Amino acid sequence: MTTAPDKSTNPSVHRAEETVEAATSTTPPHTIATGHEGTVRDQIDSYLQRVRGGEMGMLPALAGVVIITLVFFILTPFFLTKTNIANLMTQTAALMMLAVALTFVIILAEIDLSAGVTGGLGMAIFILLTNVGAWGWITALLVALVVGAAIGLFIGFMVAKIGVPSFVITLALFLGLQGVILVLLGNAGAYRIEAPTVLAIMNKSMPVWAGWAMLAIIVGISLFTGLYDRSRRVATGMAVRPMSLLWARVAAWAVGGGLVVFMLSLNRSTSVIPIRGVPIVVPIALVILWVGTVMLDRTRFGLHLYAVGGNPEAARRAGINVARLRIAAFILCSSLAVVSGLFTASQVGTVESSAGRDIVLSGVAAAVVGGVSLFGGRGRLAQAAVGALLISMITNGLGLLGLSAGITLAITGAVLALAATVDALSRRRAGATSLAR
Amino acid sequence: METPIIELQDIRKSFGPVEVLKGVNMKVFPGKVSALVGDNGAGKSTLIKGLSGAQPYDSGDLSFEGSPVTLAHPKDASHHGIEVVYQDLSLCENLDIVQNMFLGREEVHQRMLNQPEMEKHATATLHGLSVRTMKSVRQKVSSLSGGQRQTVAIARAVLQKAKVVILDEPTAALGVAQTEQVLALVRRLADSGVAVVIISHNLADVFEVADYINVLYLGAMVAELSAKETNYNEVVAYITGIKGDTSAAEEVEEEEVVS
Repeated sequence: MTTAPDKSTNPSVHRAEETVEAATSTTPPHTIATGHEGTVRDQIDSYLQRVRGGEMGMLPALAGVVIITLVFFILTPFFLTKTNIANLMTQTAALMMLAVALTFVIILAEIDLSAGVTGGLGMAIFILLTNVGAWGWITALLVALVVGAAIGLFIGFMVAKIGVPSFVITLALFLGLQGVILVLLGNAGAYRIEAPTVLAIMNKSMPVWAGWAMLAIIVGISLFTGLYDRSRRVATGMAVRPMSLLWARVAAWAVGGGLVVFMLSLNRSTSVIPIRGVPIVVPIALVILWVGTVMLDRTRFGLHLYAVGGNPEAARRAGINVARLRIAAFILCSSLAVVSGLFTASQVGTVESSAGRDIVLSGVAAAVVGGVSLFGGRGRLAQAAVGALLISMITNGLGLLGLSAGITLAITGAVLALAATVDALSRRRAGATSLAR
Repeated sequence: METPIIELQDIRKSFGPVEVLKGVNMKVFPGKVSALVGDNGAGKSTLIKGLSGAQPYDSGDLSFEGSPVTLAHPKDASHHGIEVVYQDLSLCENLDIVQNMFLGREEVHQRMLNQPEMEKHATATLHGLSVRTMKSVRQKVSSLSGGQRQTVAIARAVLQKAKVVILDEPTAALGVAQTEQVLALVRRLADSGVAVVIISHNLADVFEVADYINVLYLGAMVAELSAKETNYNEVVAYITGIKGDTSAAEEVEEEEVVS
């Protein structure tokens, strides 16, 4: 009984042999790494290896942003002007918030087609309470958010407890809630938003100093969390990455953010009244993005979301309450959809009976373009945000070129198809290394 | 003889009119590997699902460490330190090794995941099992081979301080070298004092690693053999019903068959 011929052809046999040798030798067992060891060079190498293995994260979307910036800058110099950058930010805000909202359910391999009209309904209720009912805008907004959460609870219950596919139940709500908005606002309905604070979110800017203060806080948080994580690793006796990588990350925030804040701090008005400063919506969106990211990356809730998205059965066996988690994700999604609706309403200045009808598929597209996998289990909020930026840039740039809405839609569709292809291919790639099983 | 950590007596389970377990007796010993063999439909999975708490038995006595217990829910089983490593592994491919090993029982520090602590324990556990085939504990499970996945699943059970680890077909999908790795791991696991139950169709694997061989035939335990004192042909004869009292409907006394 000889296994010799096998040994030369099957690499895993070599590995087994090595294991046996290592076990019998007296040398201490070598450490299984944690991914934090090695020099900057090692870290970069292992990062590149992960990318080649299909873990591309937001790289394709970022590359898309760079390419599109260059293309539009060449085609129309107006694209990179101060005014247009500020415009881009406000144009992106609502879509970004919706993409972020959807990410919570897409991670679970679910979908919420009603997210857009949920935002619209929230705003319809908001506008009726403030304009007709003469409520304060804060209480009205809270009611709108509660309505959003209730819709999320309903969807979550139907999906997690009853077992209706999320595609179907949210499609039903997509149609039904449009009807509710129509009934609430009437056919003619286009209500003007009166509350100046709400209008200011999208249409006003912070003072210049506040923009810089915001940047200082961002850089500070980046530095603090980096140092904190590092100190905890050291205290536990685990390997840490080279300090220079931490500095590089902080510097990237400082330089990148500094450039944007600087551009926005210059006067971008074409009339005598100066307009300068970071739009108010930016810090609001960043706070939501940051809180959501911390939740996904650093809490059990976030980890369990990814686990359920990856393998619900394994998650269930591990003792995770899958149904409760699904419901929570839908509640988060619908509530944030109302925030997205608020951004849209603030930008437009009115609430119409068609509010939120068209945006939802762009939201899904933004998340997918950013690298959030519709197969579930993969994707981060920042990716959804970059995806939304990419989609808005296409819309914005093609608009600047004076191209028709039809061409804009066609190109957006092509980008989505491309992104979905990249997603599917990278999944296959990630799976290919494990085909041996 | 040492005292069994798990003792099953007259376990019965029916699905509607179909009686799947017809009064099964079985003992599991700490530090030993007990194999559970039997043809398809013999009731192996049903017996294991009862031990894991996923599908409680209809009747019968289950004693754990000498005292009677009921396992009505998976949480009961893991509370007693009984962990099942399923054939389909129950790992999340999109998560890394540490995340999978701690899934559902993460360590937290000020409400945030305590990553360094979990990494440390995961690494130590893998070391304790003399696992060296992995590059990093932060590797995604999707990048692991079948044997490595099995290793992670077993390490997960060990990490939970399991006293009893039940392995459902751990080598079914593995190549030769990986099977050897996993069987060596199973042996080390038992040598560390854990009671291991291994379900397998592969008798070569069973004879390589098991101390005791329990044979189920049509819902009855027809043989409880010591691996050293039996042979391949005898076990096959029990599995196929050639040997032993196979009139299971009459509910045999298993002890008589063994003696």
